[in-house]
Amino acid sequence: MIRVQREDFDVGAEIAALSAGNHAVGGVAVFIGLVRDMADEEAIGAMTLEHYPGMTEAMLERIEAEATDRWPLKATLIIHRFGRLEPGERIVLVATASAHRQAAFEACEFLVDWLKTKAPFWKLEEKSSGAEWVTAKASDDKAAARWGTPDSAPQDSTTDSDAAE
Amino acid sequence: MKLLYFAWLKTRTGVAEEDVTPPPEVATVAELLAWLQTRGPGYAEALADLSALRVAVNQEYAVPSDPVGPSDEVALFPPVTGG
Repeated sequence: MIRVQREDFDVGAEIAALSAGNHAVGGVAVFIGLVRDMADEEAIGAMTLEHYPGMTEAMLERIEAEATDRWPLKATLIIHRFGRLEPGERIVLVATASAHRQAAFEACEFLVDWLKTKAPFWKLEEKSSGAEWVTAKASDDKAAARWGTPDSAPQDSTTDSDAAE
Repeated sequence: MKLLYFAWLKTRTGVAEEDVTPPPEVATVAELLAWLQTRGPGYAEALADLSALRVAVNQEYAVPSDPVGPSDEVALFPPVTGG
């Protein structure tokens, strides 16, 4: 299941619901992304996440389907927030449930890696020097690339993102 | 044709969304971007470095040779930074 929302989410309730009533689940892996208070050694007051309504949901669903094809998953959940978020606030939750831990761990990492390079979200950071759009990192492209060639969504590692690394 | 701009593409062009009618010879993503560059200083600046740009046609990532037509929704944005 995927959700794109402005509101925060209850981590405990979401994880419990993912495996509730499904006793074939032997393990749940979870990643929670948070807003940090520093970026490039500069303090961040807050960040605003912009997204592309419609395409965002479609991409997240496709990424989720890809994970389900690759690993024997019993359930998956991606929640990604948008709007203005302050340091310490949750941005994203990725949870994968499987019979065994290896599939859950791997699929969770895969989902985060692909989400970061394919889902149309953009972060605007509020710094003392002004608001600044976050530049894509070549290291994120590399992390996504290790899972193999995507069937969609070429966010290739261009010279500009390499330079930004 | 409906155009959407996100992140700094929106800031630099000064528009989030617009309906445009490119000349009939504009048939691909590459041709559309070249035409957009001629539409004013804001566009020229926003589209100066095409390698810093990602394009989606009807909410699917597109490459320069992909076709575009009057009924398409075309989005221009920088590499994504969510997660």
